[in-house]
Amino acid sequence: MPNKKAMPPKTPLWARLTKHQIIIPIAALLLLALFNLIADPSFFKITLKDNSNGDPVLSGNLISIIDNGSELAILALGMTLVTAASGGQDISVGAAIAISGSVMLRVLCGSDSRSETLQAPIIVAFLMACLVSMAFGAFNGSLVAFFKIQPMVATLILFTAGRSIAAWINNNELPIVKDESFAYFGNYIPGIPIPTPFLIAIACFIITWLIMKFTNLSLYVQSVGINEKTSRLNGLNPEFIKLMTYVLLGLCVAVAAFIKVSRISTINYSVVAKDIEMDAILAVALGGNALSGGRFSMGASVLGAYVIQFLTTTLYKFEVNAAALPAYKAVVVIILVVLSAPTVREKLSRLGKKLHKNKAAAETA
Amino acid sequence: MKMKKLLAVLSSAVLCAAMLSACGDSDSSSGSKSGGKSSGDLIKVGIINNDPNESGYRTANDKDLKEAFSEKNGFDASFAYSLKNDEQITAAQKFIQDEVDYLLLSAADTAGWDSVLKEAQDAGVRVILFDRTIDADESLYEASIVSDMEKEGDTAVEWLKGQNLDSYKVIHIQGVMGSAAQKGRSGALDEAAAADSSKWEIVAQQTAEWNAEKAQQIVQSVIDQGKEFNVIYAENDDMAKGAVAALDKANISHGVGKDVIVMGFDCNKWALEELLAQNWNYDGQCNPFQSSYILDVIDKLENDEKLDKKVIVMDEKGFDASTITQDDVDKYGI
Repeated sequence: MPNKKAMPPKTPLWARLTKHQIIIPIAALLLLALFNLIADPSFFKITLKDNSNGDPVLSGNLISIIDNGSELAILALGMTLVTAASGGQDISVGAAIAISGSVMLRVLCGSDSRSETLQAPIIVAFLMACLVSMAFGAFNGSLVAFFKIQPMVATLILFTAGRSIAAWINNNELPIVKDESFAYFGNYIPGIPIPTPFLIAIACFIITWLIMKFTNLSLYVQSVGINEKTSRLNGLNPEFIKLMTYVLLGLCVAVAAFIKVSRISTINYSVVAKDIEMDAILAVALGGNALSGGRFSMGASVLGAYVIQFLTTTLYKFEVNAAALPAYKAVVVIILVVLSAPTVREKLSRLGKKLHKNKAAAETA
Repeated sequence: MKMKKLLAVLSSAVLCAAMLSACGDSDSSSGSKSGGKSSGDLIKVGIINNDPNESGYRTANDKDLKEAFSEKNGFDASFAYSLKNDEQITAAQKFIQDEVDYLLLSAADTAGWDSVLKEAQDAGVRVILFDRTIDADESLYEASIVSDMEKEGDTAVEWLKGQNLDSYKVIHIQGVMGSAAQKGRSGALDEAAAADSSKWEIVAQQTAEWNAEKAQQIVQSVIDQGKEFNVIYAENDDMAKGAVAALDKANISHGVGKDVIVMGFDCNKWALEELLAQNWNYDGQCNPFQSSYILDVIDKLENDEKLDKKVIVMDEKGFDASTITQDDVDKYGI
């Protein structure tokens, strides 16, 4: 690490901070929070109220953010791995959510899209959806790993065909699950005032953290992403690792789809999770991860996902004109992405060092 | 190692094959309907539509057309589906070469149809537009059967005015901005709100892009701010459903005689059932059943009668939860 040697032993705090990848999404979050605090402090109010079933639930803007950001945060986990290993992104996650959600409802409803009772236990439907979604992940992954197709092109196939496949799964019908317990996973479990999607997301984070800590996955993924040839020389199998990241993303997709269909107990395959792939990629970028692969930080991506949701909720709160909403979003995103670009961070840290030196010089004088 | 590679290649090949064969199935099923065997007195019809998977509306529309233009009813119908204009134009050219008697068209895009419709005219093929209009000279087609989205909005807003509330505080959830349905359905509400600002207030106006979860977030956000409202005007059923999910979460009662009036559009069967259960108040129809109108037009043309007018606007209903019946649900639900 020649970089580290070149640095003086006592690095200024500013420079040290800008070196850390996670600082960008944290700064973005703080910035958004500060903006809301100044504009309207009631933004942060959280209240405990009863819902229409009489169960106490927490509500407020912050709760909405952690609730609605869950799917994106879970997808960001898988997308970070895929990005790091294959140096490209999977643009088919939205379509894959439609497929896996449709599978879930198909298993739950059986052949009758309006069935009054569940035709199968929820866990069976969920596992089935996981399998299907991982199979599609493996399809994407093998195109990328074995056929060396550009990830974006490889996943374009499923991006195009996915929603039609989802339509076939349910014979073009829009099934509705009437059983109340299915809605727990996208809303609240009676007696627990915290939104279930957030709990599911937390569980995913913990599992991912354990995997990262106790296996070599993270190291392998990074080395494949940085240099495929040398990692092969070191006894890794780059194809297999790439394939695996896509399969893991498939798993994340299934969990996200589960939350999505549970929220309203039905699915509309043509609009469900529309454009979520772009938000997931954005979350990875906001986390300061290089989209060309290599080193990555899961935590930063997850925070990136919540930044996006924070931004959406803020824009809703300030009643931005519907037609202008994407433009506002774009402006903020451009600023964040530019700030999180490695070259800009490098410049900032150099600037910090310079300031520090000047200050030191002034002090000695 | 080799084995693994082989396995992976094989499995991806199988997946590919599965996808393709699935495609093939649907193609052949629609193709078989067309069948080359046109007997003498069948009327030959080529139907170009948007992809039936696009929405529940389109699925109902396609089903309705398939039932109407059956061999039993004296038709030999071929179907072509695409959401892309150029593919639709190619299909139209093919139908003209096949010498169909009638070409029924729901165009993906309004522009670019002049030359192919002229071809049709020269070949003696009569063109009937349904569901969507195009930017072409009226002489190029016999009739155009459309929904009037402005009228749908007007009907809904008139109904809302008829509720005689002391004040109207509306959360307005819009569809994809710029789409015909969004423009028509938004227009009427905007007008009403502007005309009587002492009574009407749009509490929030935001696009959920036809998406239920986005609608839920938008309504959630209004609730989080502690704003008062008593009407939810959602431009389709999905978004109304999402909005209702947010209301349930916050323990706000909705439906007939409750705190919040819920309005939706499109008349999905499940939505009409919500009306029947008094959970929603109003659902506006966007009529996908155009076949009876088309059959009527063809009848007249076959008998050399003149049509009264080229543009035929379909009757579209609005359902009120207090008067809806099970029969309505079965008949008009899509």
